[in-house]
Amino acid sequence: MSEKIKIKIDREFCKGCGICIKYCPRDVLDESDDLNQYDNHFPEVVRSERCISCRRCELYCPDFAIEVKEEKE
Amino acid sequence: MMNPGEYFIEGNIACAEAAMKAGVKFFGGYPITPASEIMNHLSDELPKVGGRFVQMEDEIASIASVIGSSWTGLKSMTATSGPGFSLMQENLGYAVMTETPCVIVNVQRAGPSTGQATKPGTGDVMQSRFGSQGDYEIIALSPNSAQEMFDQTVRAFNLAERYRTPVVMLADAGVGQMREKVTIPGEVEVEERKRPTSDEKEFFDTDDEDYVPPMPDFGDGYELLVTGSTHLGDGTRDTASFSAQDRLVRRLVAKIEENRTEIEDWEEHHVEGADLVVVSYGSMSRPAKGAVQKAREDGKDVGFFRPKTMWPSPEKRLKEIGKNSKVLLVELSLRGYRMEVERCVGSEDFYVHDRLNSLPTIEEVHQKIEEVLR
Amino acid sequence: MINAEMIKEKYVRNHPSPFCPGCGGGMVLNAMSRAVEKSGLEKEDVAAVSGIGCAAWIPSPHWRVDTLHTTHGRAVAFASGIKIANRDLEVMVVSGDGDCAGIGGNHLLHGARNNIDLNVLMVNNGLYAMTGGQVAPTTEHGEETLTTPHGNPSSSFEAAEVVKAAGASHVARWTTYHMDELIEEVEKAINTEGFSFIEVLAQCPTRKGKKEGMDGLDMLEWYKNNTSKEKDRDKLYVGTLADIERPELTQEIYRQIEGFRGD
Repeated sequence: MSEKIKIKIDREFCKGCGICIKYCPRDVLDESDDLNQYDNHFPEVVRSERCISCRRCELYCPDFAIEVKEEKE
Repeated sequence: MMNPGEYFIEGNIACAEAAMKAGVKFFGGYPITPASEIMNHLSDELPKVGGRFVQMEDEIASIASVIGSSWTGLKSMTATSGPGFSLMQENLGYAVMTETPCVIVNVQRAGPSTGQATKPGTGDVMQSRFGSQGDYEIIALSPNSAQEMFDQTVRAFNLAERYRTPVVMLADAGVGQMREKVTIPGEVEVEERKRPTSDEKEFFDTDDEDYVPPMPDFGDGYELLVTGSTHLGDGTRDTASFSAQDRLVRRLVAKIEENRTEIEDWEEHHVEGADLVVVSYGSMSRPAKGAVQKAREDGKDVGFFRPKTMWPSPEKRLKEIGKNSKVLLVELSLRGYRMEVERCVGSEDFYVHDRLNSLPTIEEVHQKIEEVLR
Repeated sequence: MINAEMIKEKYVRNHPSPFCPGCGGGMVLNAMSRAVEKSGLEKEDVAAVSGIGCAAWIPSPHWRVDTLHTTHGRAVAFASGIKIANRDLEVMVVSGDGDCAGIGGNHLLHGARNNIDLNVLMVNNGLYAMTGGQVAPTTEHGEETLTTPHGNPSSSFEAAEVVKAAGASHVARWTTYHMDELIEEVEKAINTEGFSFIEVLAQCPTRKGKKEGMDGLDMLEWYKNNTSKEKDRDKLYVGTLADIERPELTQEIYRQIEGFRGD
């Protein structure tokens, strides 16, 4: 049985500060083209296979907007 | 705590003893003449009855600590005089806004500013009602003897708990530092704050007829939101909407205003249809009452009226008095209560005898009575 | 297992918060929540007191414990009343630098002097941010702010050093860049019986960052590059400043009360 890691970004909570993108040690995230109401770019998962579930994004997010979910397949 | 019995003690000591009798378990204060004896006495006695005593760094911290303590469920108080009372105004408003029961004793002295620390005055009456910013009502009691320093302090705690409000004891240096016979009773009637029933979630709004919401303690697990900002019934801050401001502030005012018949208290003698009614309060009421007695001995139709609650004022009774009698306000202040009395009794046939620094002789007040009657 | 989902579920309310994008306030909220969770405290045994300002909004209304949002500068005094009245509560104070060290300076000093068992997080953004960005006691000499448009003629002080000198048991400084260390420090504060003071440098991108062309992330990088865990002349020290034992006020008060109970 393998684990699938899913990163959930809450677009209502996220303010597009970009902190999670920078502090992910595995470059999993990047700026999306979409803009939020602050004219900031949402983060999006671009390399989900590189995620090691270190949860630095969860630790650094000021808005509780990102969650790393481990789903057993 | 003193055993029940008869004592010859200072008003300030009587106040401290009454507080313990009423169940006070926290005192946070700062030294100031002529109130320090209350604090000095409690520093010694309060720990003996399981109460927490702390001298804070200033009066602002004193009332802050009292409010914090009250939110853990303890009956809490502080005692001060004019300069400290001025410092406390912001946090007093916070106690009103958060509906925190507490007692603030102001043993008034001659002001303004530093004034005469050891001399009585009653210039803080308006401040006790209007001293903090914004619209609100307050309960303020006025003792005129060492016995009343006892009795009114017990009442102050009960009113604070009953109405979830700060209550000001407007004493003065005369009453605070005078030694008189005080009877300390065995039991006193003690009221407790309204507690939530198990499914209540709103502690800052109510549809109850008395306008008083229930109050839980910190540590009860309600995840309380206590704030001095305008707030909704569950405590959530709302600094923008009309409805939040309108509902909250009107209810806070109504809580005192609509309950005034239960709160107001006074002493009156021979007032009905009198030619002249002398109105007085605090230590000044003693020579004033003596002067009324002297006038009555001379066959004059003079009555006596003494508010025991300054706020809410006994306005209805005062208005009735004003319709039928001349009114002479005798007070130890130039601006203490006269605006309120004149508002109630009317400007026509309203007289004032004021004095500063010390109490007059009965003769001095009696002469004024004679003058007014002429 | 501590993760964002359970922390958010258990400790956080009223989100999305009103904090600006990139504001450090939410990071402090996260750190506090994780520290409380790790310490094993029940939420109902925690009380949080705050004053006025952006930092004061961190616990109120966002933190799901009993909160007391009070008047400007007076949080330590209100908190002292709570602690002395009920010593079983773990009392946190979360407020800004202007609130704690400016208007609240006197209460901060005496709280530290009394070494009363409170956990104070002074969220330091170097300004009075909520009202537009006026100069604060922590603003550097010469800095341009809303009320020092020609440069700050005043000088700042190190609040943490002042609190240390006043006698606090536990004094530390971190930044929001140092999330792991901050959480550990708050946990240590919870376990310290005495006045714990943690200065947390936290970014205000709107009032501070914008002046220097920095957003929240830039400011975090600035914290990383300009602080040091070693004593370094050119960098701001982060870590422990004081760790001593001294009489604690609440214990002393209760010792006296209990002394009378036997009689």
